[in-house]
Amino acid sequence: MSQQQLHQSGGRLSGRWSPYIVGVGIGILSWVVFVVVAAPLGITTAIGQIAGGVVTPILGADTVAANAYWRTNAMKLDYGTLFLIGTFFGALASALISKTFKFESIPSVWQERFGSSKTRRFVVAFMGGALAMYGARMAGGCTSGNGISQSLQLAVVGWTFLAVMFVSGAITAAIVYRGSPSIQSGEK
Amino acid sequence: MFPIKGESALLLAIVFGFVFGWLLQRGKVTNYNVIVNQFRFKDFTVLKVMFPAIIVGGIGVLVLTNMELAKWHVRDANMLATIIGAAIFGIGMVLYGYCPGTGVAAIGTGSIHALVGAAGMIFGAILYAFSFEWVRANILSVGKLGKVTLPQIMHVPAWTLYGALIVIAIALFAWVEKRGR
Repeated sequence: MSQQQLHQSGGRLSGRWSPYIVGVGIGILSWVVFVVVAAPLGITTAIGQIAGGVVTPILGADTVAANAYWRTNAMKLDYGTLFLIGTFFGALASALISKTFKFESIPSVWQERFGSSKTRRFVVAFMGGALAMYGARMAGGCTSGNGISQSLQLAVVGWTFLAVMFVSGAITAAIVYRGSPSIQSGEK
Repeated sequence: MFPIKGESALLLAIVFGFVFGWLLQRGKVTNYNVIVNQFRFKDFTVLKVMFPAIIVGGIGVLVLTNMELAKWHVRDANMLATIIGAAIFGIGMVLYGYCPGTGVAAIGTGSIHALVGAAGMIFGAILYAFSFEWVRANILSVGKLGKVTLPQIMHVPAWTLYGALIVIAIALFAWVEKRGR
């Protein structure tokens, strides 16, 4: 399917900008944040902090304060957390303005392979989110913090992360989607 | 004047995050199908976003640091932790269908399963916090290279590597576009 057909396929992919332009935009945003706030783009540090805030009512403030990780990554409404909130609202505004906002529980590529059980999709999404976060914290960043912010500085940590996560993801996808027909992203 | 710190920086955080989320949504990397199909080599949107972001971002930051308008923010390369963490991350990203940033953005586009996966991310972070001391002692401590960059270990100028990335990107995307992926 050509890029143009993808545009015409409608659904969630209308209002699409060229991915190359989006990439250039993220690159320029990186210049701005490096100069203006001296804080590279990143996501998961804030989620780690929020997790500490989430468990505080359950485990008690003392347990959380005594934890070696949360001691240096305490829940606070800091730059990273607000950036995360901004990311949510930016995507929301863009989806609403381009009239592509749509509730989705089961994406078509998933449905074709695993059927229409919401429970199944939700359980795997939860597990996937947990693994992605655990891995990102161990590696010190995710696709944003490591994959973009470190890789653009040609840092060893960024390119190691990108290469390993891509191979790991491709192997996982080959196993999870083995024998699945080749549905395209734009077909809904 | 720069960098801006304190409360003004907090306001800017929302603005920069907003732009980031907007761009992710317009690039359609907030779409499960788009992300998963990258790992199935059926749709190269993710790499079409990442390569230009890295090349344009990197060349700009190189110029800005040379002009002393910006500083480098290279992080420590703890090789064992980066390799194991990235391997776990790759599995998680395909099962979730998002990375953490695109997952948060996808919630804004109406993805319910992205929200469920975000609860999973919180759970994963809790698990990490409780295993942190063990990870620090046994994994983070292995293969510490410090704040190293590819130009340093390869003894090649940064410009050469950015040039090589441009050549690789053009070749890859010419191939990809020819096949309509």
